[in-house]
Order: sequence, then structure tokens, then C-alpha cells
Amino acid sequence: MVNLEMSNDVTVTLPRIEERIPTVVVDDAHVVYRVYRGSAGNTSPVAAFKRLITRTNTPNVREVHAVRGVSFTAYRGEAIGLIGTNGSGKSTLLRAIAGLLPVERGAVYTQGQPSLLGVNAALLNDLPGERNVTIGCLAMGMSPADVRRKLPEIIEFSGINQRGDFASLPMRTYSSGMSARLRFSIAAAKQHDVLLIDEALATGDKAFRKRSERRVRELRESAGTVFLVSHQLSSVRDTCERTIWLESGEIRMDGPTREVLAAYEAFTNGK
Amino acid sequence: MANLLADPDSGLTPAQLAARHGLRVAGERPTIGAYSGQLWRYRHFISAYAHAKLTASFSNARLGQLWQVLTPLSNAAVYFLIFGVVLEQTRNMPNFIAYLTTGVFIFNFTQVSLQQGTQAISGNLGLIRALHFPRACLPLAITATQFQQLLGSIVVLLIIVVATGEPITLMWLMLVPAVLLQTVFNAGLTMAMARLGAKATDLKQVMPFILRAWMYGSGVLYSVTLFAENLPGWATGIVQFNPMLVYIELARISLLENTHLLNDSLPLTWLIALGWAVVAGLGGYFYFWRGEQEYGRG
Repeated sequence: MVNLEMSNDVTVTLPRIEERIPTVVVDDAHVVYRVYRGSAGNTSPVAAFKRLITRTNTPNVREVHAVRGVSFTAYRGEAIGLIGTNGSGKSTLLRAIAGLLPVERGAVYTQGQPSLLGVNAALLNDLPGERNVTIGCLAMGMSPADVRRKLPEIIEFSGINQRGDFASLPMRTYSSGMSARLRFSIAAAKQHDVLLIDEALATGDKAFRKRSERRVRELRESAGTVFLVSHQLSSVRDTCERTIWLESGEIRMDGPTREVLAAYEAFTNGK
Repeated sequence: MANLLADPDSGLTPAQLAARHGLRVAGERPTIGAYSGQLWRYRHFISAYAHAKLTASFSNARLGQLWQVLTPLSNAAVYFLIFGVVLEQTRNMPNFIAYLTTGVFIFNFTQVSLQQGTQAISGNLGLIRALHFPRACLPLAITATQFQQLLGSIVVLLIIVVATGEPITLMWLMLVPAVLLQTVFNAGLTMAMARLGAKATDLKQVMPFILRAWMYGSGVLYSVTLFAENLPGWATGIVQFNPMLVYIELARISLLENTHLLNDSLPLTWLIALGWAVVAGLGGYFYFWRGEQEYGRG
């Protein structure tokens, strides 16, 4: 087991004594997804009828080749930052690792079932926060007894009760920061083999960000692997010791966070 | 940086490395046995989710869960006004009110399950993309919710049946297996609709017509003897095998002492009911499982 103090250098120079255990192996993965353009295509009844007769579907569907041949191996106990400009394929790559998008070519191997945590992951907005915690935890496969035990802890961690009793109000009354915090707290309550975080730490106030960064570190220490997609380089710097820089769906750089961030900052400033 | 070796230390290719440490291909579909096991472990999630959906659907209404019985009751009242009073279906028909409400409530169970089933995947994309659980939980939760609704309706139904002068008999107990078979039938069909609705977004527009036609073919609103009187023999034969007609007839046999039936033989009716439950239940489950890895994509 790689210990935390060492891990900053371990990826660079130190010879490894113990064999590292891979948790995610991405082998030359290509992800192509299809977008239904909806109103952008010709949607007049005549055109739709013509498509139906000729059995073509093309004018409405566009293919986007979002990830082009990405290969890397992630190990147990690593926290990996994924950075890149907008549309570089970061979120798509995460969804492929989570098994939510199929790879067109290549393969993604994972240990256990990776969990993807994104800001847009809505639960049930008509229900109180507490209920959402219960349902979310059960959906992650916890037993009802575990859920009862963890419920106060999760509410406490999310800090939604700091401004009065919000836990019993429907989630639609929450501010966007509050609901993002609650969602993160739910997902972080369980021990994941692989946790994929998509911009979730960016929302929420500073106090919560500190708490969640600490939680990510805990998760990683207890033998998990954490992926973090973020545009906030500071949170990548604080949580990850390894960073992968994606550009137009290809890996531009993969290495220690400090070096990759320096190169990335030079690249974005130069533009 | 397209390196052939995934791990410089061991000199293995990515696939070999993955195999050596027991990693699996992301998003792989489990076998149907493993899937059923997962589903069983998620039973608490299904019931919690079903209960939550039920409360949520009434959370904005002032009368709350009272709508659970008010909705079918007002439906029955409208149909009674049209078919009982205006069109005078009540002629030579014993206890038309109970006959009608039984049909409306039983059909409503399937109708709403299917309508919501088409949305089971497409309406829960947020949940599906965020968390991993066997997706069959969602259509099953819909069936469970509607089953709870039905129990409320059945209480109202029993009151109507007694109030319209039917005796309380042991035959009432037959309602239990009849409703259970219908629930299995609904669960399978709801799962099939969920998969269809996840891809074919036009289905939502088509469903009302299909369900309307199905309702007219199930003898909900008028005497079922009209089928035998007005349809050619082969068509009546088809209608006799209509699962909804069969489930409604079973409910009517158990609750009403003297009523119009299309199927004369009770054992045959049970056999058809059982057959549909098995075929739809297993078929729907299998069909839904086949698409498991597609849900939430695109």
C-alpha cells in the first residue's frame, strides 16, 4: 500500500517495492456519441415522412468523436485530476469509465462498479432532502440499517441544515449549491472502489469545499481511486497528485500534477 | 503517447494487466441470474422509491392522497353518466354500477402502469446517470406504486359493491389471486414499455390511442355480451383471449353474484390469466434485461 506522504513522488522517481494494484485500465479507448439534433434538422411533416419511407435517419443525428485513443492505467490509492479546455472530452471519458457510454474501439476495464458523481445528477426534486438521502443510499446498495445509521451523518456533512431545517423541505426549494452539496454528500457516504467526480467540488462554499476535499482524501486512503474533473485548478492541485491533460479527445500530458498544471497554464495563457 | 504496455514494471499489455487483477469491462451486462440476485438485494430501494413516488405525486395537491380514490371514482361517475344514463346500457343488465366500476378500476391499474412505464427510463435519466443499480428497479417501482393505488381503489370498490346490494361471499377471496396475476402481467409489460420508451420517444404520443382501443376491446364500459352479439365468431374468439378482459372478468366473477360474462368456462379463464401473467412477466423481464447496458446513454 502506497502511503500518502510518499505518494507525491512515487509516481515520478521512487522505485516501487510493492506491486501496485490497478483499478482502472483504459486501453486505446475511442468514444463516439450520437446527438439527436432535434429542431436543428428539418422537422417538417413532409421531411419526417420522407425519412420514414427512405429509412434514413441521418439528417437528425450527428456523430461526435469525443475521445480518440486514450490509454492509461490508474492504481489503487491514486487521485487523478482530469483537466482540459471545454469540450476536450473529459466528462465523456468519465462516463465511459463509469460504463454509461460504450466505447467504439478499445476497452475500459474497471475494478468493481465505478460511481460517477456529477453536478447535473438530479435526484427527486419533489421530495425532502432526507428522503433523497435514503433513496440515494439504497440506490447505492446500502442496507436499510446502514442508511438509518448514516442519515444524520450525511445531513450533517452536507451542511444543508445550517440555515434552518432544510432537510425536511423538498429539494426543489434548495439553492443550486445546496443540492450539489447534498448530492456529493450522498455519493461520498459510501466506500467506492472507483469514484468519478465531475465538477462537483466547484459548487458549494469554501467551508464545504474544504470538507469535501478532506473526504476525497479519506476515500482515496481507504484504497479507492478518485478521478476529479475540474476547471478549478486549485482544487485539482489540492486533491490530486497525478493529472491527465486531455485536449480534443487525446491525452496531451500525463504526470505529476505540478508539472502538468504548469504546462497547462502556459498553454491556456498563451492562447 | 500510445504505449503498448500498460504497466512498465510488469511488461503486460493493458488487457493482460486487467485480466491479472480481475478487472472487468466497464458497463458489462450481468447474466440474468446475477441480475435477478442484484434486483433482490435492491428490494428495499424499490419499495422506498415506489413509496416516495407515491407521496411526491400528491405533494402539491391540497387533498393529498385522497386523490388516490377520488380520481378513479370521478372517472367511474363520468362513465356511468354516459354509458349508464345517456346510452342506457343499464337495460337488462344486473347491477351496472358495480359492473362498470370494477372494470374501470381494474383497467386503470394496467393503463396507468403502462403510461408511466414508457417514462420509467427516459424520465429518470438523472438518477440513472448518477447511480448504479439494476434498472429494472424503476419499472418495478412503478408497478408497486400502482399496486398500492389499486388497493385504495379496491376498498372503494368493495363499498360500492356492497352498497349496490351484492352479498358478501367467499368468492371475494378469488380477487386476491386474480389481482396478483394481473400485477405480474403489469410488471412484465411495464418493463417492456420502459425499454421501448427509452429509445422510441414517439411512443408517448401513441400510447393514449393504444390504451383507448384496448379499453374498448376489454368490455370495461358496456356489457361484454355485445362482443358475442355483434362480432363474427373468430373475432369474439380473439377478444376472449384479451388479457385485460380476462382479468376484469375474474374480478367481476368474484365480486358480483349475477353478471354478464364472455368466457363461460371458469377454469379456462384462470388458465388464460395465468398464461398471460407468465408470458408477459418473464418475457418483459427478459426483454428489459437484454437492454440493461443501453439505458442512460446517448
